[in-house]
Amino acid sequence: MSGTPRPALYRKPVPTFWWLGRRAYLVFVLRELSSVFVAWFVVFLLLMVGAIADGKGAYERFQDWSDNWWMILLNTIALLFVLLHTLTWFNLAPRALVVRLRGRRVRPRSIVALHYLLWALLTAATAWLILEG
Amino acid sequence: MTDRITLQVARYRPEQETEPTWQAYEVPLRKEWTVLDGLNHIKDHIDGTLSYRWSCRMGICGSCGMTVNGEPRLTCSAFLTDSAPGPVRVEPLANFPVIRDLVVEIGDFMNKLTEVKPWIIRDEHKPLDEGEYLQTPDEMDEYKQYSMCINCMLCYSACPVYALDPGFVGPAAVALAQRYNLDPRDEGAADRRDVLSSAEGVWACTLVGECTTACPKGVDPAGAIQRYKLTAATQSLKDLLWPRGAR
Repeated sequence: MSGTPRPALYRKPVPTFWWLGRRAYLVFVLRELSSVFVAWFVVFLLLMVGAIADGKGAYERFQDWSDNWWMILLNTIALLFVLLHTLTWFNLAPRALVVRLRGRRVRPRSIVALHYLLWALLTAATAWLILEG
Repeated sequence: MTDRITLQVARYRPEQETEPTWQAYEVPLRKEWTVLDGLNHIKDHIDGTLSYRWSCRMGICGSCGMTVNGEPRLTCSAFLTDSAPGPVRVEPLANFPVIRDLVVEIGDFMNKLTEVKPWIIRDEHKPLDEGEYLQTPDEMDEYKQYSMCINCMLCYSACPVYALDPGFVGPAAVALAQRYNLDPRDEGAADRRDVLSSAEGVWACTLVGECTTACPKGVDPAGAIQRYKLTAATQSLKDLLWPRGAR
């Protein structure tokens, strides 16, 4: 195209701390960060399994190591992040799962409730195995 | 209640400045006036050089999207009285390059719209004498929400992923693609798949959810994206297990 050159466009730079400007952005960044703590729990579980496989002495050392205040603090923080992670995706489920039953759409609340129910059942089953088994 | 209110408007005149500046205008505060009415008053009576887009004034054309007090809004639907006693901060839509004042460059959005082929695609159109394609109310309900999109770009403005990764196809485009994917008259889902299933398609979305919050038409673009993620994952699994199956 001929004629006068186009005036310069202005693109506002994205500030480093853009995610502090809005609650939803902050929750989003925290939830993304939660994946690090999910990974940590996987590592922790693997270490536990490895210690159990190595025998009673190793498992007792693992338990002693886990009793350190900084380990308890880390695992508490990790638990909070994992809960944030879980709640987000459970509450998202009905928007991704559009289920029709006998021609009628299943209510979103039912799908969320089903997720929490399954969570409770699995937790109860795991607790039973650990405490009774 | 005072009968006047101040509009703090972002001005960008590329011939004379490299960054936007603020300019204050005082306009009448009438009960039924929207921000757009305020801007029109400025244009008509105070400063004819102020530039912005608008059209229908009733929330169906999607032209007058701007950032009002930090929130993406249709200015025809944002009442001045809701922001009394002011001032009302009016800026161009975030995440788009600014051409002038409150006018943004929307070419990127237009290109993305075209990429997702938002029209009914059929292998063969049946002859006119066979009449229209029939569709039950339930079939229409499946996609109707996504058909309410007015292409106002508020969802792109609210989306931090689009801000950080302009290549992201974006919420409205995916919602419109879903509008056709879910339409029983359409046979083009496979044609849209490459764009939607790409890294810059639905997988760029990390579910902030602000697109749905910003949407003035209740479209739920975040839901459309999550729903298509499930579709894309399911289809990929099918392709893996039955490679020769119909796409």
